[in-house]
Amino acid sequence: MSAPGNFKIPERGPGIWQPKIIGLLCNWCSYAGADLAGGGRIQYPPDVRVVRVMCTGRLDALFVLKAFADGADGVLVSGCHFGDCHYLEGNYKAAKRMFMVKRLMKSIGLDDRRFRMTFVSASEGAKWAAVITDVVNTVTELGPSPITEFRK
Amino acid sequence: MVEKKKTTTKKTETKKQDTKKVAPVKQEGKKQAKAAAGSTTEQKARVGVFICHCGTNIAGSMDLTAVEAYAKTIPNVAYVDNYKYMCSMPGQAVINKAINDNKLTGVVVAACSPRLHEPTFRTATKEGGLNPFRFEMANIREQNSWVHMHDQEGSTDKAKDAIRIAVAKAALLQDLFPKAVPVEKAAMVVGAGVAGMQAALDLSAAGIKTYLVESDASIGGRMSQLDKTFPTLDCSQCILTPKMVDVGREPLIELFTWSEVHEVEGYIGNFDVTIRKKARGVISMAEGEARGIVGGGCNGCGDCEGVCPVVKPNEFEMGMKPRKAIYINHPQVVPLLYTIDFNSCVKCGLCVTICGEKKAIDLEAKDEFVKVKVGTAILATGYELFPIEKKAEWGYKKFENVITGLEFERLICASGPTGGHLVRPSDGQTPKKVGFVLCAGSRDNTGIGKPYCSRFCCMYSLKHAHQIIEKIPGCTPYLFYMDIRSFGKAYEEFYYRIQDEGAKFIRGRVANILEDPKTKSLHVMTDDTLLNRPIDLEMDLVVLASAVQPSADTNRTRKLFGVSCSMDGWLLEAHPKLNPCGTTTAGVFLAGVCQGPKDIPDTVASAEGAASAASIPIHKGEVELEPYFATCIAEKCAGCGMCVNLCPYSALALVKKDGRTVMEVTEAKCKGCGTCGGFCPGGAIWMNHFATPQIVAQIDAFLLGGEQ
Repeated sequence: MSAPGNFKIPERGPGIWQPKIIGLLCNWCSYAGADLAGGGRIQYPPDVRVVRVMCTGRLDALFVLKAFADGADGVLVSGCHFGDCHYLEGNYKAAKRMFMVKRLMKSIGLDDRRFRMTFVSASEGAKWAAVITDVVNTVTELGPSPITEFRK
Repeated sequence: MVEKKKTTTKKTETKKQDTKKVAPVKQEGKKQAKAAAGSTTEQKARVGVFICHCGTNIAGSMDLTAVEAYAKTIPNVAYVDNYKYMCSMPGQAVINKAINDNKLTGVVVAACSPRLHEPTFRTATKEGGLNPFRFEMANIREQNSWVHMHDQEGSTDKAKDAIRIAVAKAALLQDLFPKAVPVEKAAMVVGAGVAGMQAALDLSAAGIKTYLVESDASIGGRMSQLDKTFPTLDCSQCILTPKMVDVGREPLIELFTWSEVHEVEGYIGNFDVTIRKKARGVISMAEGEARGIVGGGCNGCGDCEGVCPVVKPNEFEMGMKPRKAIYINHPQVVPLLYTIDFNSCVKCGLCVTICGEKKAIDLEAKDEFVKVKVGTAILATGYELFPIEKKAEWGYKKFENVITGLEFERLICASGPTGGHLVRPSDGQTPKKVGFVLCAGSRDNTGIGKPYCSRFCCMYSLKHAHQIIEKIPGCTPYLFYMDIRSFGKAYEEFYYRIQDEGAKFIRGRVANILEDPKTKSLHVMTDDTLLNRPIDLEMDLVVLASAVQPSADTNRTRKLFGVSCSMDGWLLEAHPKLNPCGTTTAGVFLAGVCQGPKDIPDTVASAEGAASAASIPIHKGEVELEPYFATCIAEKCAGCGMCVNLCPYSALALVKKDGRTVMEVTEAKCKGCGTCGGFCPGGAIWMNHFATPQIVAQIDAFLLGGEQ
């Protein structure tokens, strides 16, 4: 993976732990940006699974908490840049809620680096790949979610 | 849904407990679905999964046999099939047949992005006899096979998960019915350069009332500043002014010059646009008549300009000619109507006195706001030159004899500040050697300039070279270039012609320009990369073929219309190849350079394309809106009103119903963002197609959906 603009893919195989990360994306910016990364064949790690909504404003803080309760090792919420929301201000409202989630995570002792909100526009395919790579690396470094450990 | 739970494994028992909070909403959802469509939610979900190979686009990166085998084990899946090209006619036939044969209640196609083929497969689902909204797409190409090309195991696992997530949603999808709304038989064009004018003329020719909004005092745009056009050497004004006059004369075009779009509300078919008419201080003859002044209003006589004591640089002439505080930019302006520059006007009142009985001048004028309703809109906001003084090594604005291409246009133009005589700004002498720096700020990855090619600078520099040779005997143009990009019809031939005429071409990027302080001549330093030696040539005048960038107001205007932009600020089209005029906002289209650098033929072509696209919904008379509305589950609504404040479209309101205060949605105003549904503390808002149980099912399907 040495082509310019491509990112290092972590090793896979038996015994190597892979994080479970869910990405909640808005249709107009981040999902389109992720599609653009695909069109550009920009390689990034495959650990994020995507759920598409029309706007990050749709995202209830409970969705994020539900994902963590279900055992997600990381959650990524990605929308339009501020001022660029297809629905005017949905991303502001989402960001407010997501800050609340971060504060909550801190206070219950769940590392808030497991959760991230990013802003990737429809023209930022390369940025999308960089974001995913960084999220996967961060979560991989943090290891399995303590909530999954409780279940065992 | 109840049945579905029975079939689930031990793992999903946990899910049952986890989703306790949302479970009642699910019940409501079921009721909603029944009420909405009398549909088949009672029966067990039967989802068909169709896996596309997309040739080797998908099949080449993952093990589709394993994916298909896995898909058969997912709960609620009743049928699995694959095909080489699912979007082809035979591929769609596979879906049609399977829906009928297997009594499917939902369809999942695992293929490319829903942003590309969702409409195709929705139609296929509909043709198979299901409601088109019972379709869900699993993106295993753009967000899988293409970005994990060398990780077969990773991409196979991801595809399995993606299909499981999609099936979870498809099992819960409901029948939805798009709402048809009437389209206002009027359009708006923002920007009246050659693109905006062409679009407005086409729309009006198609019988559509068109509001043309221009922020400048006259229509015409950049093209009216040019002297000649390449490669035909037509006089730019000569081919443009007939169009300008047509625009001014066309009864179906309502012209708003010296105006801006102030506010946009509504959606395709019904945009309510507020136009701000900036205080102009001069009223037209029509306005004069409306105010009851007989024979009043501005007739363009220019007496006011004669007496005005304030002198300012004329922006149209790139500041190389003076104008007054009350002015017109050039003789061909449309409409012929003077404008007061209130930033420099001293309100002495001399103009009012000389205007006399016409009473055309109002020094106390205020901004006016006009509301219009349009069905579709075209943005044609154009470009401006990149501030090339940022590239300090070329000395623009530091050395008098370094000018831009647009300044050259004015200097060589017969109606320009020098009457068409090309002179050195420092001493008024005719230059004998003129240097042209191409790619000035374009194709520049230093971070100061622009990374893209500005597309028309090569050609206009060739044209400038031709004009010099033609007009000034003994004067030699030197073109410092990286590559000459002469890509259009008859462009390459024009390039050869200029070579034959004696222009000198030096392949090398100009490193530095220094001024001789005595003669004000310029030393152009570069590397001749063909001869592989450094060069220092003395020039009398240097013209920078400056890069272009979106015009200053583009960003504000695009946000009003909800249009995205690319990283360079150019407005983003819906698809670069298949929908270059459309945007992601339905009913808003792009024309001309605001979408990316274009020469005049391409600009006019794109304007005609945008006009055609913008006229389609208007001629159809109605459009279908995606039925992703919010609905209120009245039994659960506490009437707190939090959602009412969150809605950016004022679509929600509190009403009295059966003695209780509950929220009600105005469907025509709701755009389906779901900001209300994401907040409602009681879970009382049901977002069609993106309902809480559907999203939670997707999250659960990924995280609790069983080991592979």
